[in-house]
Amino acid sequence: MENNCVFELRDVSFDYMENVHAIESIDLKIHKGETIAILGANGSGKSTLLKLLDGLYAPNKGEFQAFGSIINETTLRDKKMAREFHRKVGLVFQDPDVQLFLPTVWDEVAFAPLQMGLPKQKVTEVVSEALTQLELYHLKDRAPYHLSEGEKKKVSIASVLTLDPEVWLMDEPTASLDPRTQGWVIDFILELSEKGKTTVIATHDLEIPHVATNVCYVLGQDHKILVKGSTHDILNREDILLQANLIHQHRHVHANVAHTHKHWHY
Amino acid sequence: MGNDFVAKTLAETAKAIEYSVFANQYAEKKGFLQRIDPRVKLLTTLALLIVIGLTNRLSVLLALYGGALVLAAFSRVSLGFFIKRVWVFIPLFTGIVALPAVFNIVTPGKPLFTVISFMSPHTFGPFHIPQHITITIQGVSGVSILVMRVAASVSMAVLLVLTTQWIRLLKALYVLKTPEVVIMILAMTYRYIHLFLRTVEGMFLAKKSREISDLKMKEEHGWIASRLGVLVGKSYRLSNEVHLAMTSRGWTGNPTLMDDFTINRIDGLWIVITLAVVILWIVFR
Repeated sequence: MENNCVFELRDVSFDYMENVHAIESIDLKIHKGETIAILGANGSGKSTLLKLLDGLYAPNKGEFQAFGSIINETTLRDKKMAREFHRKVGLVFQDPDVQLFLPTVWDEVAFAPLQMGLPKQKVTEVVSEALTQLELYHLKDRAPYHLSEGEKKKVSIASVLTLDPEVWLMDEPTASLDPRTQGWVIDFILELSEKGKTTVIATHDLEIPHVATNVCYVLGQDHKILVKGSTHDILNREDILLQANLIHQHRHVHANVAHTHKHWHY
Repeated sequence: MGNDFVAKTLAETAKAIEYSVFANQYAEKKGFLQRIDPRVKLLTTLALLIVIGLTNRLSVLLALYGGALVLAAFSRVSLGFFIKRVWVFIPLFTGIVALPAVFNIVTPGKPLFTVISFMSPHTFGPFHIPQHITITIQGVSGVSILVMRVAASVSMAVLLVLTTQWIRLLKALYVLKTPEVVIMILAMTYRYIHLFLRTVEGMFLAKKSREISDLKMKEEHGWIASRLGVLVGKSYRLSNEVHLAMTSRGWTGNPTLMDDFTINRIDGLWIVITLAVVILWIVFR
């Protein structure tokens, strides 16, 4: 494994309950400081791939290396190893209701540093800092069910920010958000990139790779990697995007002329 | 009938959501009990509940119930809401259950007044019916004490819950050495009850929006059973995902919580008042 390689997957497959294929024969390399998009339609295995990169699942087949070490069932069962791994890698789940499981915003954001064993004084500091940075401090005593979707997404991000992980994994970060919050999330990803963080974004929204990533992997509907390449090249491959169900075609009326062409909306 | 059933369930679901929000509003008000440290409040409530549970004097119970009303007023809890919340269910049910005890059949004693008179007493197997069925002073006294004990206990418990944010109450339990895993389970249960209430509301609204004519009772029951199944499935999937989200942020099975409580002068005052009540009870019982 190269020195600056953060993740390396060799012929990795993962099945749910033995016969439900989630990802198949994935070869992937992610280097330090890269911002990468994993593109794919619903059900292509993007979320599973992120959970695998976050050490939540171990591959059924193939080899997964992170930070130069092999990650498998045995290493993930080691509590010290698991804690160290999760200090370095943070995952923002697609659904904030999954991620926000505690009764108040403050407790939610404090959860990770507390589990990591930080002293309580330090926890207070990092939580206040994260809430202030994301302009959430005034919501600290609120319950997550009293927040808007945009606020929930920000709290989800804050709950990972307190760990200041080297690697950020984001699952459909702009899904179900209003345009202003979508813009905020994209700006946040760009900031991570500027700070030299490694960021992996799973999405079917082509706006994100367009503005925030340099490299894309496209997952096909057969759960295998269809193609890997520069964002510019991938976004210009209409055949691949159509095959991966990332763009579509239907009738349009432009002025008085109706015609059909391949496109996506953003 | 079908629409009534759906409408009632919808209304109850909405009411449950509204109540939780409403109750939280009381906890956020700047009243007397809201200023008390949750640990102090929890322990003093426990002390008062012990006094209520052990006393056999109606006057003491009435005084404690009166005290609860005064506390509610000082804590900016609407008295109408508070009295309704306490009396509508528990003491009323206790009263119904305990009602037979006022009659001489169950509690013999000095008659207060006669309800019914027969020509002669009757015996049905092990049961003896006296010639005069009366309400006895001892019976009324016993039932009054029981009902007032329940009312005063429920009032104290309701006051504690209404004036304390749920998470702060849990943290107080944590500080008082309740196992952390129990606190985590309670906290998460509370968190997800809201989510599932909204899911249930959504299910009923979706049904109502597509319902043209009333369903038969049997069909209605079938629908409810299928929705319960869906909810269990959703809850199972969600629990798996939540566990992954916890693991992702360092969860290894040993919860660590944080408390930020401080004792102030008002806590001291409240401790003194509670101690005075306990001492008075010990001296005059």
